[in-house]
Amino acid sequence: MKRWVVRIGSVAVVLLLWQVLTASDVRAWLRFDQLPTVVEVAERFAVQVGGVEYYHDLGNSLVRIMTGFLLAAVLGIAFGVLIARSPLLGDLLRPPLEVVRPIPAIALVPIAILLFPTDEQGIVFITFIAAFFPILVSTRHAVRALPTIWEDAVRTMGGSRWQVLFRVVLPGTLPGVFGGLSVGMGVAWICVISAEMISGQFGVGYRTWQAYTVVDYPGVIVGMVTIGLLGYLTSAAVELLGRRVTRWLPREALR
Amino acid sequence: MSLSVRSLTVGYGRSAVLTDFSLSVADGEFVVVAGPSGCGKSTLLRAVAGLIPFTGEISVDGEAVRGPSRDRALVFQEDGLLPWRTALRNVELPLALQGVPRSIRRARAVEWLERVGLAGFEGYLPRELSGGMRQRVQLARTLAQQPSVVLMDEPFGALDAQTRASMQELVTEVLSGTTTLFVTHDVDEAVLLGDRVVVLGAGEVERERDAILAAVKA
Repeated sequence: MKRWVVRIGSVAVVLLLWQVLTASDVRAWLRFDQLPTVVEVAERFAVQVGGVEYYHDLGNSLVRIMTGFLLAAVLGIAFGVLIARSPLLGDLLRPPLEVVRPIPAIALVPIAILLFPTDEQGIVFITFIAAFFPILVSTRHAVRALPTIWEDAVRTMGGSRWQVLFRVVLPGTLPGVFGGLSVGMGVAWICVISAEMISGQFGVGYRTWQAYTVVDYPGVIVGMVTIGLLGYLTSAAVELLGRRVTRWLPREALR
Repeated sequence: MSLSVRSLTVGYGRSAVLTDFSLSVADGEFVVVAGPSGCGKSTLLRAVAGLIPFTGEISVDGEAVRGPSRDRALVFQEDGLLPWRTALRNVELPLALQGVPRSIRRARAVEWLERVGLAGFEGYLPRELSGGMRQRVQLARTLAQQPSVVLMDEPFGALDAQTRASMQELVTEVLSGTTTLFVTHDVDEAVLLGDRVVVLGAGEVERERDAILAAVKA
């Protein structure tokens, strides 16, 4: 049997189980009678996909996560390289960053609300903070783990500090950096959705929470599925890009 | 271009790797430094390349060495190529660092690859080439750089005997007339390649197998 048949089959079985449990109002400690059925969710999904609001929310969440994530990528890589390459900048930047790092980004929501004039900026800030640290830490480790031989080679060809940075350090750390970007994209979704639930006026996270507060349970599930799909697509995009730029890695290192 | 090393010391006190070492290589001469593993051969080359701090004096044509420069090219034992660059782009690299325009450096890199017998392999990544081919690319890269002095750190140490023999032949051919300091632990290689042979710790010895062996063991 083909592997994709098994894979699709397993999803079908889960959906079927869900439909059976909810449609027959099973109540065995877990209260499936409270949940909408697959059919209800599908109907709701069809209605939402046909409307404008769905795409408005989707677009807003995507703009927020992309802004936060791109800022985090640029600054996370820059700070990671600086900290790993310059002892002075390392001493200057590491202590304050290490103090902030263990705080879950979502716990910074009150500060974001106070600090930024608009909710929009606050949400982007939370998303940025969430993705920034994994990217920073992986970049720092990747720079530290870089074999010195490549740098020595470029220096004995007369390469300057900047040339070493752009010709050796940045390309050589890409595999590690992409590890951080993947993790960063994951936590960025967690945080953009949570921040929207707390302080948004639109967006997929806001709409999902809104649906819950008005007892529109199929709407909640539609929101969750949408978040799952968006998360999957953006992670896959990062993964694909990562594979493209690290094709030079030895075959064993690729899965 | 002549190379002169005088009273070179690397490291301090008991942890010194090299102490009061002197050596001179005349213009166009091929000098082999031999000695067992861990005797400081690589350290000598890294000091001459300007990659590590040292005391004493190293100069090329009378000009003191203060740091790495494109004048002194270093050929590594292995993995000296940037793995994300194709063979062609690795050979182009020293020219790119000098700001040579793309079309010119590309043409020159193609020529150098051809010279080391790798015509047709321009687009290959290092991981797609054998160990011997990678060393050929390193050699082409070094030649493209057009340094005054070539420093080679056991460049064929990781190759099988047959590949090594063909590489030795190639080196004799393409580096003839280039001031070269070549480091190896292989006595036969020292005899084959060197105009002169220096054994680390024993000084200059006759270019003959038994003499070198005796000096290495002493």
